[in-house]
Amino acid sequence: MTPELALISALNGISYGLLLFMLASGLTLIFSMMGVLNFAHASFYMLGAYFGYQIAKWIGFWPALVVAPLLAGALGALVERFGLRRVHKWGHVPELLFTFGLSFIIVELVQVIWGRPPVPNDLPPELQGHLFTIYTTTFPISRGFIMLVAVLMMVALWLVLTRTRIGLVIQAALTHPDQVEALGHNVRRVFMLVFGGGCALAGLAGVIGGVVFVTEPSMAAVAGAIIFVVIVVGGMGSLAGAFVASILIGVIQTFGLALDYSLAGILRGIGVEVTPSTFGYAVWKLTIAQVAPVLPFLLLVLILIVRPRGLMGTREG
Amino acid sequence: MLRLSMKMAMVACASLIASLAAGLVASDAALAQTQTVKIAFIDPQSGLMAPVGANILHSYQLIADIANRENWAKGVKFEIVAFDNKLSPQESLNAMKAAIDQDIRYLVQGNGSSVALALSDAVTKFNDRNPGKEVLFLNYAAVDPDLTNSKCSFWHFRFDANSDMKMEALTSYMAEQKDIKKVYLINQDYAFGHAVRKAAREYLSRKRPDIQIVGDELHPLAKITDFSQYVAKIKAAGADTVITGNWGSDLALLIKAAKDAGLTANFYTYYAATTGVATAMGASGLDHVRFVGYWNVNNDKVGSLGEKIVVEFKKKYNDDWYTMASYTVIKSLAEAFNKTKSTDPVKVAFALEGMKVQNVNGEVEMRNTDHQLQQVLHIASWQKVDGKKVRFDSENTGLGWRTEKVLDSFVASQPTSCNMQRPARPD
Repeated sequence: MTPELALISALNGISYGLLLFMLASGLTLIFSMMGVLNFAHASFYMLGAYFGYQIAKWIGFWPALVVAPLLAGALGALVERFGLRRVHKWGHVPELLFTFGLSFIIVELVQVIWGRPPVPNDLPPELQGHLFTIYTTTFPISRGFIMLVAVLMMVALWLVLTRTRIGLVIQAALTHPDQVEALGHNVRRVFMLVFGGGCALAGLAGVIGGVVFVTEPSMAAVAGAIIFVVIVVGGMGSLAGAFVASILIGVIQTFGLALDYSLAGILRGIGVEVTPSTFGYAVWKLTIAQVAPVLPFLLLVLILIVRPRGLMGTREG
Repeated sequence: MLRLSMKMAMVACASLIASLAAGLVASDAALAQTQTVKIAFIDPQSGLMAPVGANILHSYQLIADIANRENWAKGVKFEIVAFDNKLSPQESLNAMKAAIDQDIRYLVQGNGSSVALALSDAVTKFNDRNPGKEVLFLNYAAVDPDLTNSKCSFWHFRFDANSDMKMEALTSYMAEQKDIKKVYLINQDYAFGHAVRKAAREYLSRKRPDIQIVGDELHPLAKITDFSQYVAKIKAAGADTVITGNWGSDLALLIKAAKDAGLTANFYTYYAATTGVATAMGASGLDHVRFVGYWNVNNDKVGSLGEKIVVEFKKKYNDDWYTMASYTVIKSLAEAFNKTKSTDPVKVAFALEGMKVQNVNGEVEMRNTDHQLQQVLHIASWQKVDGKKVRFDSENTGLGWRTEKVLDSFVASQPTSCNMQRPARPD
């Protein structure tokens, strides 16, 4: 691997990982607080992209970058207030099923409103072009922008959770909700806030992911699968874990794509004859690049076997 | 009581038979005047490939309108009925069943050889089991060579040039380009993509053994939204030329990523003239991107029939008409209806075999032995509109395709291994 490819792969991996973190942070926050595995989380990512597209058409991309996540967050808060809260008393499984059903409803609604094909969601002129050049490869501004927003969001989240009053209440309510309630705090409102906040973060990721990649109805399903891997690998409910896992998965996927090594090649390297007539050749000839899309899921399975609570999780099982 | 109900049942039966007979008479009478032949369009209308599907659906609708307006088939009107197959072979079989339930006897499909292979197989089985209800599969774009070779079927007709034919034409052109030294292959990981990479390797080693293949990539079909990592690999391999059979979003996003990373290699493609690609590449693709296909509107026939259709399509849908096969398909059907004075798929299938029709390029022939249309192929490059060689732009970019070479049909023609199983010829 040339240094140019390695550097570009690292940058691509980190920017993709940071986008994943924007998505996963909200999900893991909601989980740690409410014990709800929000299946509809990626749907709010998609909603963010579509809201962003629509609002950008009306008033421009930059206002949309603020308004669309707020809208997604408000919608999330409403879902918590009038949906989840009612289902809550029946336990976690109905909550899970509720969000599962919700994800399908949101996809259908999006298809009714914006149609099934991708929408022409283009980068604003300010984000087109190149940020810098590594050797001969140019690095697009849009990717730098993803990284910038994700880092800003991470810092803001950390400040809110550790330096503000509401942050302290949230942290306390994570472990001792009854105590916090007894102290006169409205824990239910805190729940609503966290759920809405998590959805807003997903919406923010959506606005950016929507313009950099493609805005279309299957984006929720694609992102949904991968962020579950992130939070399980990182450890359910651990923000730091989600961060590490996001970057890890981003880097594994991009570097995986760059590696054209196969078992057949390695076996040949140590002098074992492998030909198309060898038993199981279809498996031997697979390169890492070809299996790269599956690597995160392989990691998920391995982590669950070896370390069920995830890299940095505190809960067992 | 019992007797009465028996009597009633008999009356009901008799009236049913009477009404059926009346219906038959009525439909016979209708046949003599005007009849509408419905054609099921089974292609993606959702997902990443939906914009391509939408464009081609419009292409068929426009050609059907023209055929009806100009009365191509005497006394027969065409109607296109769309079914969304989500690019899935399984969904396509459901769509086929739904179409048959609606008494549709003609299917058109093109996006995805995986789908076409499933449909061809299903149509063949259905026709074997349901004599008298046969359906025809008119494939306008699925180009896996197997469909007219080892897996050929009497009920399948291909109106596009197959992948090997296109690669034959493309490599003939590439052989003359002396600056090509290092070629990178990137293709979708399914039947068609595999066919492209195999043919590219074979034909290049025959025509230009000095060219080095520096990469051979397969990626999942219609799943990837970010190609930057693939582009980084192409750069790292030092390729000066990329050959790809990618289509739809897989080509548009690949070229977009190439633009973002500043990749300057030349692209030799099958489908750069399809929806979304022009917008994605813009000026960055100038003189770098080429495609091989059965037609290009900017050819030397100024004021041709094809131009008129492009203009009408633009006016009606504000989009580009590039699926010229939609013309060939409807035209062939119309002529077969006229020749047989029937819309019965079995008679029509026999009429289509070896038939010669005029499409916007001139005369084309549906080869008898394997149902592979023989037609000229064009190679074009991405250039600025100059009003002479590039008169029409693509997707309102001010840039369009300049014809570099037109290859006669014999250049790209391939032998076939098809052993066609024909049913008994109807009288």
